[in-house]
Amino acid sequence: MSITTAPPKESFRLGMLVYDTRYRSITIQIVALIGFLILAGWLVNNTLHNLAVLGKPIDFSFLKDSAGYDINQRLIDYNSQSSHWRATVVGLINTLLVAFLGCITATIIGIIVGVLRLSNNWLVARLMTVYVETFRNVPVLLWIVFTMAILIETLPAPRDFRGDDSEASMVLFDSVALTNRGFYVPEPMFSRGLGDLPILADRSSPACAVPEGGGPVSDSCGLFQVSLDLLLILAVLGAGFYVSSLIRKRADRIQNQTGDRPTTWYLRLGVVVIPTVAVLVLLGFHLGRPELKGFNFQGGIYLRNSLIALWLALSLYTAAFIAEIVRAGILAISKGQSEAAAALGLRSNRIMSLVILPQALRVIIPPLISQYLNLTKNSSLAIAVGYMDLTGTLMGITLNQTGRELETVLMGMLVYLSISLCISAVMNLYNQRVKLVER
Amino acid sequence: MKQTVLVGALALAGLSAGVAGAATLDDVKARGKLNCGVTTGLTGFANPNANGEWEGFDVAVCRAVAAAILGDPTAIEFVPTTGKTRFTALASGEIDMLARNTTWTFTRDVDLKFEFVGVNYYDGQGFMVPKELGVSSAKELDGATVCIQTGTTTELNLADFFRANNMEYEPVPVETDNEAQQQYLAGACDAYTTDASGLAAVRATFEAPGDHILLPEIISKEPLGPLVRHGDNEWGDIVRWTLNALIAAEEYGITSANVDELAQGTESPEINRILGTEGSLGEMLGLNADWAKNAIKAGGNYGELFEKNIGEATPIGLARGLNAQWTNGGLLYAPPFR
Repeated sequence: MSITTAPPKESFRLGMLVYDTRYRSITIQIVALIGFLILAGWLVNNTLHNLAVLGKPIDFSFLKDSAGYDINQRLIDYNSQSSHWRATVVGLINTLLVAFLGCITATIIGIIVGVLRLSNNWLVARLMTVYVETFRNVPVLLWIVFTMAILIETLPAPRDFRGDDSEASMVLFDSVALTNRGFYVPEPMFSRGLGDLPILADRSSPACAVPEGGGPVSDSCGLFQVSLDLLLILAVLGAGFYVSSLIRKRADRIQNQTGDRPTTWYLRLGVVVIPTVAVLVLLGFHLGRPELKGFNFQGGIYLRNSLIALWLALSLYTAAFIAEIVRAGILAISKGQSEAAAALGLRSNRIMSLVILPQALRVIIPPLISQYLNLTKNSSLAIAVGYMDLTGTLMGITLNQTGRELETVLMGMLVYLSISLCISAVMNLYNQRVKLVER
Repeated sequence: MKQTVLVGALALAGLSAGVAGAATLDDVKARGKLNCGVTTGLTGFANPNANGEWEGFDVAVCRAVAAAILGDPTAIEFVPTTGKTRFTALASGEIDMLARNTTWTFTRDVDLKFEFVGVNYYDGQGFMVPKELGVSSAKELDGATVCIQTGTTTELNLADFFRANNMEYEPVPVETDNEAQQQYLAGACDAYTTDASGLAAVRATFEAPGDHILLPEIISKEPLGPLVRHGDNEWGDIVRWTLNALIAAEEYGITSANVDELAQGTESPEINRILGTEGSLGEMLGLNADWAKNAIKAGGNYGELFEKNIGEATPIGLARGLNAQWTNGGLLYAPPFR
């Protein structure tokens, strides 16, 4: 006689949700989730209700209205008659510009300082320590304001450049003017340029009508316009680098077969430089110099002191953190690696660039991402120096002129969130590539 | 009971906006203090003095209102606001009234849901430039760099003015008057633009005020006045009629010096009604009968406040101009107290 020992069938009772340890944790989580959702819903509902009572229900139609204010730094066409939406885009581009410039500069400075902090040279190492400690221990807002104050107070005003025996003069063969309103540098110009290509243009809109007798469409056509000259030059440069990489691969192949590496540097340099120079000559490339006309310098590229102050302060501040990250990354690589590399006969700078840094990157990249995010978010302090970024336009003047606090701030938060997530995504992709591949 | 407190605290923490609305008068009385929004510091209009007490032309309006309600011109919590934060502060109930060189415009009144209770200074936007620039008219400012406070009507006027005259300019946005002064004095901007009264006030604080001139063009109308939120008309009435009482007091010759004497009763029924010895105007406002007497005693009538804070005897040196009584060819005209 065989006894089947099937477990007693237990029917599910409601009480088990609380008393049975198998279900209890799930019950608690679900209850907490419901509670959280109710609270969030109540907050949202309360907000909407109170806004309705105030007579200000959520409404984004103000974005279509004419903004009415001017923005000094605009990388796309904008005037005071443009919409609040366009002012928002102008601000967003300014934010992206300073964040992009800042991230690059901060990375370069950070890596150099981080490596030098480990230098055997006592003085250099200590100087770098002083730099890191001063910058990361003072709030970034103070650095921004301080940099701006230095620019304003120490550099000459444009009117000091006037006259034959002026108090101030331009530098670098009279091509660059450093004033307390910003730096004026020569701009690249093309006497036989190809014109601009409007992006996201609505062909039927009056702004995009081709003027009689041909010629370029007006600047206000499309969301923004891309210089065809720039595209052409980038294309030629890209092709040059591609051919250059083919030559390198061929050299690698020959080296693998014969052991001798053919000298290719002049070929590789040539395929990049010669076509680019040819295109520049064909387009009639020349530099437009800034000149003092009226109240200000005219012509050239105008880097406003607000941009410079913000860029410099954000870069130097974030670089101090990046330097520490780089130092930690390098120290994380065991000494055996550099000793092994030295035993192979590599020089110390090649040990650093070929052996240590590639491995250190695995440690460096993840915290570096958060530094990039910090820099981007810190750029919202721009209004302290009057840099018209997204916070200055959308969440500043537009908010003030339209009184739409909730809408503008929500939009601003959403934009910063999107930018941060994009940076994270890109950097995570890069991290995937450099991280240790386990076989 | 506990639950109610919790929900109440959450409501307060999350969204105080809009919850404050009705019965501002009761709130002020219960608090024993008036929360008044002023500038972060503009000499003559609102600025802390050496003892840390706020004083100035706009501050005086706050003090008069506090005196009318609470009988004490010092029962005030001054909240410094910038051009950007002022409206949010008022709409959210952080302040009960705003007396901060604020221009009365259609959108602010209608779209931003505020109630302008009157005008305490008729102003217009002007430009200040250094004398050495050699500019004598705003029409010569083509291509100039102009410092401007963000979040103000001046920003829009400036854009309109340069567009209408087909001129280019470079705006340099700044947050406060102090930043503007720093940039302007260092030559980082050629001109500074704001309300003409503000320019005079700023120039008065310079080391060498004579080196700077105000250009003759006044490019806008800027009626500056105190304002309150929409939705509490009784509160708006109190602030409106306190301001009117100050203006009427000058017209009828009631000063801080003789107000006690006049409050014993006079021949003039209008003065009696204002000072509460006749009729029941104070009661209608929900205040004591001597509300206007207290308001006038706080700092004096409109004329006294003007002369003391921004008049010709002060470093700011503003003439009455448009801000004279209607009887003297100005625009000040208080409706009748009856």
